[in-house]
Amino acid sequence: MAAKSRRRRRPRRSPDRTHSSQRAAPTLAGPLASINPVSRYTSATDADRAAMLGAIGVSSIDELFEDIPPELRLDRPLDLPAGRPETEVFDELAALAARNADADSTVSFLGAGMYDHYVPAIVDAIISRSEFLTPYTPYQPEVSQGGLQVMFEFQTAISELTGLPAANASLYEGPSSVASAAYLALGAARGRRKLVVSRGLHPHSRETLATYAVGFGAEVVEVGLEGGLTDAAALADAVDGETAALFVQNPNFLGAVEDLEALADAAHEAGALCVASVDAVMLGVLRSPGECGVDVAVGEGQPLGNRLDFGGPSFGFFAATDEHLRRMPGRIAGETVDIDGRRGFVLALQTREQHIRREKATHNICTSQALNALAGTIYLSWLGRRGIVELGELLVRRTAYARERLAQVQGVELLHEAPVAREFAVRLAAPAEAVLDRVAEDGIAAGYALGREYPEYEDGLLVAVTERRSREQIDALADSLGRAITDVGASRPAEVTA
Amino acid sequence: MSDVSVAPPAHAEAPTPQQRERALTIYEHSVEGRRAAVLPDAGVPEPALGELIPRKFLRERGPALPEVSEPEIVRHYNRLSRRNFDLDTGPYPLGSCTMKHNPRLNEKVAALPGHARLHPATPPKRAQGALELMWRLERALSEICGLPHVSLQPSAGSHGELAGLLLTRAYHADRGEARTKVLTPDTAHGTNPATVTMAGLEVVKVATNERGGIDLDDLRAKATDEVACLMLTNPNTLGVFDENIAEITRIVHQAGGTLYYDGANLNAIMGHTRPGDMGFDIVHVNLHKSFSQPHGGGGPGSGPIAVSDRIEPYLPLPRIVRDGSGNGAGSRFDLDHSGPKSIGRLRGFQGNFGVFVRSYAYISSLGGDGLTEASETAVLNANYLLARMRASRAGKYLPLAFRERCMHEFVLSGAPAKSDLDVRTLDIAKRLLDYGFHPPTIYFPLLVDEALMVEPTETETRESLDRLADAFDSILAEAESDREILRGAPYTTPVRRLDEARASRRPVIRQPLD
Repeated sequence: MAAKSRRRRRPRRSPDRTHSSQRAAPTLAGPLASINPVSRYTSATDADRAAMLGAIGVSSIDELFEDIPPELRLDRPLDLPAGRPETEVFDELAALAARNADADSTVSFLGAGMYDHYVPAIVDAIISRSEFLTPYTPYQPEVSQGGLQVMFEFQTAISELTGLPAANASLYEGPSSVASAAYLALGAARGRRKLVVSRGLHPHSRETLATYAVGFGAEVVEVGLEGGLTDAAALADAVDGETAALFVQNPNFLGAVEDLEALADAAHEAGALCVASVDAVMLGVLRSPGECGVDVAVGEGQPLGNRLDFGGPSFGFFAATDEHLRRMPGRIAGETVDIDGRRGFVLALQTREQHIRREKATHNICTSQALNALAGTIYLSWLGRRGIVELGELLVRRTAYARERLAQVQGVELLHEAPVAREFAVRLAAPAEAVLDRVAEDGIAAGYALGREYPEYEDGLLVAVTERRSREQIDALADSLGRAITDVGASRPAEVTA
Repeated sequence: MSDVSVAPPAHAEAPTPQQRERALTIYEHSVEGRRAAVLPDAGVPEPALGELIPRKFLRERGPALPEVSEPEIVRHYNRLSRRNFDLDTGPYPLGSCTMKHNPRLNEKVAALPGHARLHPATPPKRAQGALELMWRLERALSEICGLPHVSLQPSAGSHGELAGLLLTRAYHADRGEARTKVLTPDTAHGTNPATVTMAGLEVVKVATNERGGIDLDDLRAKATDEVACLMLTNPNTLGVFDENIAEITRIVHQAGGTLYYDGANLNAIMGHTRPGDMGFDIVHVNLHKSFSQPHGGGGPGSGPIAVSDRIEPYLPLPRIVRDGSGNGAGSRFDLDHSGPKSIGRLRGFQGNFGVFVRSYAYISSLGGDGLTEASETAVLNANYLLARMRASRAGKYLPLAFRERCMHEFVLSGAPAKSDLDVRTLDIAKRLLDYGFHPPTIYFPLLVDEALMVEPTETETRESLDRLADAFDSILAEAESDREILRGAPYTTPVRRLDEARASRRPVIRQPLD
């Protein structure tokens, strides 16, 4: 932290004290009423304070805090830097931002759940409007029809994408939505306490699920990958009569397109639910989870018109078959009419929620990600019926090109041969981190290193392609990777390469 | 009384232009062949998709998203925006929600490409600015809460609560204890008991005394060796600071439980007292309440947690770590994924970073004294509004539920209005809409009959508080003369009272298409 507070130790309050953070500024016209130079978001002048204290019937602000026992009162100013004017705060934040290698200053092939898609200008223009930016959750529907209708449109879009009839109005983000699906599944399964998870599920989703499962009193069993895909034989062994749900991802974390229908069938044969974490952008071309027999589809909303934002805020989506409607987590907007018969929207099925049902609620979520879901709704309206298909096709083709191009590079081999959609995995013949550092010198973020989360794929690299990555940039990545592997490989200690 | 008067709004006359407009969804504007997005050419070979992905995995018919042009999208969502009431339009005294001004500086710095365009998997060495910002925010929250360790990971208050109870479980389990009960006062936010169940624990309710605080005898009787934790909001949802807080924390600690502080009401006490100093082990902070992140119509939020030394080993991963001594320059920041006792991850990546940027900018703008003054003014504003209301008809029909004064919010009982005027709290709230105010939180907390929970926040001016008090008075005067005025309200909003039961009885939760 920089400069400590410049202000003197805060004395106990006295009634006639000028507020410590206020000062009278002399001007040509004489002293102004005191203006607070720090807390510019409040308006009370000394005259206001005096009048307000008078109306309350106390002689000092201190009296209003007298329920706080004296020994618990903080007897010093907070040890934080002093407040500063807007211009200085802007400069401080801009200086911090300048120390990040963002996707404008870097050609980024990073994915792993969040992708550098173009966000159309209308998204920022609309979500910046005060009417969307500043309200609370729509507890007063008569003055919240805009937000409620957006939720309704969002639910419609998610329902269309997933092929499932019941979608909610958003959860926090992807991995915690996976864990929330487990809560639903355990509630539906009545007594079954086992959750079977494919290793193709995002590591963050698996870790989050494991964290939540302690609270749920559930056991998590992992099924490995074979040839980039969920190992069907191991899966058949793992899913049994104790299993509440199977968790898979499509495309999976290594980019491979799974046989979602076969996975759902395997779950159903054992009487378990199938939960799929899906990539919403790819649902323009891939069969929908609903069509494949999936019971609950969830996913990360960032690719739909949301910023990268170093990981958040984005949103999670959650859709299910009708039979689970009353077990769903989160807000759900529903259509109704007003007393004059006008069409309107309200929060529906609120008896599921924490503010009504308390300890029997289907979830504890309150504040969710409404503004991010609005961005997603606008983005999907912008893409439209044809755009979502065209974008999916574009991604599949550019990814195929990039995969083929990289596979030709000396020192790069494919980690698996399974079909891929928007992302693929390779193995490098040199330590991944050193290669990534070298490629970064060319202004390229080559991808996501798999080694920490998948020790079995040491020096594995996950490479993502979006509509923003041109053929030329893909070629530049291939060339840079080739040079880096040669350079790093050449300097590699002999005992490691042996 | 102030000389600011409220003009009585018209009602029950001809429908407004907005009311005459039928609400159409974007799907109902769809016309085949229209489009907004034009994508770049592939620029690479374009084989049929079936050659790249087996046909059986491909969709036969694309999702029926709307077909609309860009101008239609902009006009549609602008039209929808005008059907919302928002904080920039007028006072929004929604209790427990801290609807304070959202500085636009924070939006501006959050949109800088170095923040907004930073991929979450960028290696730490190339994201030093982001990690330093997170580290500084952690330090600031640690100081404000009076607890040494912070995790920014939880996505909202309820997520922080879940983190807190999982931390509590891990702490007790590590000591070989299986404690299953969580004490919550009957005034608690609904998220508290809902979280207890999600964490696999059991709710035990503690009674409220006649001063609006915890009933100490009831607490003593229930503070057994089965108690894992006490969850408390202080000041609580009645706007009352529990003067017995030191005794409460002592009782629970003595019983071997941990203490969880629901930080929803932190805006009352910043710089005045600290949860850590009161004896709490775990605190969640709602960055979208006290630290000015816009509420966005229901999020995004962020719910960082601050914890004591004994809870620290169990914090979620990854943690932000600084190496190198000295402040700022020369320090290096990293993400630490190791932690054998950690409860693990609660979500993907590092948390709602965009919210961290806004809240850090807010703290940087105000500084320690500014935050202290913000809380002071929040308490002053609430007490002033309360005094103004008590000097008018509200004093008779909407009395304060507990005590004589409040902290940053207060809870009124609408019971006399119901018995004397035959109008319900709901009617008063709906009539406020016609006066251009968002109503307070209503029917919460549950133990107050016909409750109205009012939190004006520090960013309202004295004049707007006067107008709000006058509006209540005017509405109660209307109720005295003709209660039907209130029962029919609102009249001027885009739609009038809605049939909520119908929406749940026969749920229509998506646009039917075909």
